[in-house]
Parts: sequence; C-alpha cells; structure tokens
Amino acid sequence: MTSSSSSIEPSVASTLSRGLLAENPALRQMLGLCPTLAVTTAVSNGIGMGLATTFVLVCSGTVVSLLRKVIPSSVRIPAFITIIASFVTLVMMLTKAYLPALDEALGIYLPLIVVNCIVLGRAEMFASQHGPLLSAVDGLGMGLGFTISLTLMSAIREVLGNGSFLGMRVLPLGVEPIGIMLMPAGGFAVLGVLIAASLWIEQYPDRRDGLLNDATMPAESLCAACPVQCGGVELVNGSCATEGYVSKLEEAVIAAQAELKERD
Amino acid sequence: MAQYASILFSMILVNNFVLVKFLGICPFLGVSKRFDSAVGMGCAVTLVMLLAVSITWPLQRLLEAWGIEYLQTIVFILVIATLVQLLEMALKRFVPSLHASLGVFLPLITTNCSVLGVAILAVDEGYTYPEALVAALGAGLGFLLAMVLFSGVRSSLEEAEPPQAFRGMPITLIAAAIVAMSFMGFSGVVDHLFGA
Repeated sequence: MTSSSSSIEPSVASTLSRGLLAENPALRQMLGLCPTLAVTTAVSNGIGMGLATTFVLVCSGTVVSLLRKVIPSSVRIPAFITIIASFVTLVMMLTKAYLPALDEALGIYLPLIVVNCIVLGRAEMFASQHGPLLSAVDGLGMGLGFTISLTLMSAIREVLGNGSFLGMRVLPLGVEPIGIMLMPAGGFAVLGVLIAASLWIEQYPDRRDGLLNDATMPAESLCAACPVQCGGVELVNGSCATEGYVSKLEEAVIAAQAELKERD
Repeated sequence: MAQYASILFSMILVNNFVLVKFLGICPFLGVSKRFDSAVGMGCAVTLVMLLAVSITWPLQRLLEAWGIEYLQTIVFILVIATLVQLLEMALKRFVPSLHASLGVFLPLITTNCSVLGVAILAVDEGYTYPEALVAALGAGLGFLLAMVLFSGVRSSLEEAEPPQAFRGMPITLIAAAIVAMSFMGFSGVVDHLFGA
C-alpha cells in the first residue's frame, strides 16, 4: 500500500467529476445497490441517504489517507472498517438528534452504510493510495454522484408511484399513481431502466459511427464488495468486471477441490 | 411454537431479505449465474447469519448493561468480520470437504449487508434469543431460496437477446423485478396461516 502505484497524480477537478458521471457509483460501477433500491421510495429519503453516505465517504477517505502509511497492509481491511463504522455511528447520532423523521424513514439502512461497498471500495482503491486532500475530493465526488443517482431514482419512483415530489402533489387529480413503483419490484425495474439509459448514452458515439453491432457485449460490472474481498480485483475502466470475478470464484472452487483430492 | 413458525415463514417469504428488503443485492446479482455457486453462497450466508446472531444478540445485552448501545454498529461489524475469518480457518482445518464447497464464499460475506442487517433487525424487533435465531435461519433460507430461483432465471436469460443497452445488468434487474413481483403474492399469507 504505497503511494507509488499511481505514477501521475490525478487533478482535483478530474477526481471530483469522475464520481459524478464516468464512474458514478450506483449507475456505472453498480456499487451500493442495496440502499439505492431500498430507500428510494421518497425523494427526501434518497437525498438524506445520499448526503449521509457522502459525509461518511469524505471523512473516512481523509482519515484512511492520513493513516495509510501507519496501518500495516495485512490488517488494513479491519482498520478501514473500524474507521468507517465510527463515522457511520456519528452520522446515526446526528440524524437521530436533528432529523428524527429521516432517521425513522431510513431505519436499518442508516447503520448499513458501514457495509456499503462504495465506502470500503474507495478506502481500499483510492484513499489508501493518495493524499488526504485528493481522497476527500474523491469521496465528495463519489458521494455526490451517489446522491444524484439516488435522487433521480427516488424522483421517478415518488412521482410515478405516489404522484408527488418532495411531498408536494405534482400529478393532476384524477391521474392514478402506479403503486407498484413504490414496491420492491418497481425498484428493480426503475434501476434496470436507468442503467440501460446510462449505457445507451455511453454507447451513443459508437452507435453513430456504426461500431456497435449485435455481437458486442457491454462489460458487466458488479459490486459484491469485490474490490475489498479480492484485494483490488482487475478493474476494467474503473469498474469491476463480473466475468473476471465469477471466473476467479470458479478457479478458487476448482483449486480447493484439487487440494482436497491431494490430501486423500 | 406458532410464533416461531410465523417468524420463520415471514422471513423466508413475506420479508424475503433479497427481494423485499433489498439486503444482500450484490451477491444476489453477482454469484447467481450458476446453480451450484448460488447454492454454495446461499448455504454459506445462512451459516454465517446463524452464527453471527447467536453472538451479537447476547452481546447487545452486554452493551445495554454497560450503557454503550451506540457502539452497536462498530461492535457488530467487527464481530462478523472476525467470525467469518475464524469460520474459514476452522473449516479449512477440521472439515476440508465443507471448506471446498462453502469456504470460497466466506470471505465474500464480511461486507454482505444481509448479515449485519439480520443482526441489527433481531435487536430492533425485540426478539427473544430463540426467536432471533429462528429469524436468522429464516433470513438465510430466504436468501438461499431467492438465489436458487434467480439462478434458474439467469440461465434462461443467457439465451435472450434484449436491445443492446439492456444487455448485462439492466435485463438482469428487470428479471429480478419480475421475480420480486411474484413474492408480492406472499404478503398476508403468513398472517392468515398463523394468525399473527
């Protein structure tokens, strides 16, 4: 875990903007999908969850970065988890004291920021290799990107499912809201369509130039907290490739079975 | 007895951790591509959930006795992380056959939010110790059920040819939406069966 692994230090502006669009946590890296799906039934919850996560990302990024040369690499994951859990506890106490309604609405998902793969993923992949300022900016960018996608997702679900936006009625009277949008099924469907939309926009230059044909498959990415578990599994354009992840898992199964056979 | 059955079945069907409560989405989408991986992951999660709750529930009593409940999140996540590590070492040493089938999934579970989720839920719901254990078992079995069902859907999806932008994750999420819709049919079933 030395800082030499990154030959060129990225600029502050590019670090900030990366999290907003190109590497948006929820829509592009598909990290932190549990809160993205669970709390986005109302815009206020989406924004609250996004900002709480941003706070944890910025603070834990800074502290991890400051301690990166002190923490031995063999115990870095437990150390990171402890740092993150401390800030999550702080957020929980603040929310309970000043925003009790939000605390009630987010419920169990507030403490679960601890296991949000974005937070641990950024600590492992960015903050442990860069200076404190850049790490804070990276946390801010990722957090705001996450907040934007949560807000977008909850806006769609609240308007369609409840006919309101931030509690104010927007659909004309007589238009029946689509209740299923607020159900779990609606969450999965809206996220699927949003990711498809972001892929469609990303593919636009290729489609215009006729480079896209039926055979090209998009690189599938996933969370599974793998940046942590596999200690920074191979990354394709900054996101984790499912194929690589699954084949690694299968390799591990085969290796374990071979070892077992050898013992017999 | 009825209250245990009610908790068990409501955790498996009505409050299914993956499809209703959105906990453990990452392994649900990541490891459900093949049937045997799905079963292995499901069993490993069930085992860890049971062990985790069996430790965190008494620990919560201890935290309350000392008046430091606010340390719940930190204590629980560290207990789970340690537990997973110990379990992997123990399986490798004493039950290598089980380690070969379940062991590789264990390191993936530490940051699986469903384990921490069930530990906190058991405390929040005010379950007694046996009730908390039954809830953990139900949550694990519900996760296993969702994984197994979805691995079947995934294998059919391999043949599908959706529009370019929907390939990969988007079509998988749409399929998950349809599976989640089918679980909506269970709401109310358990209340009627057990009169809870």
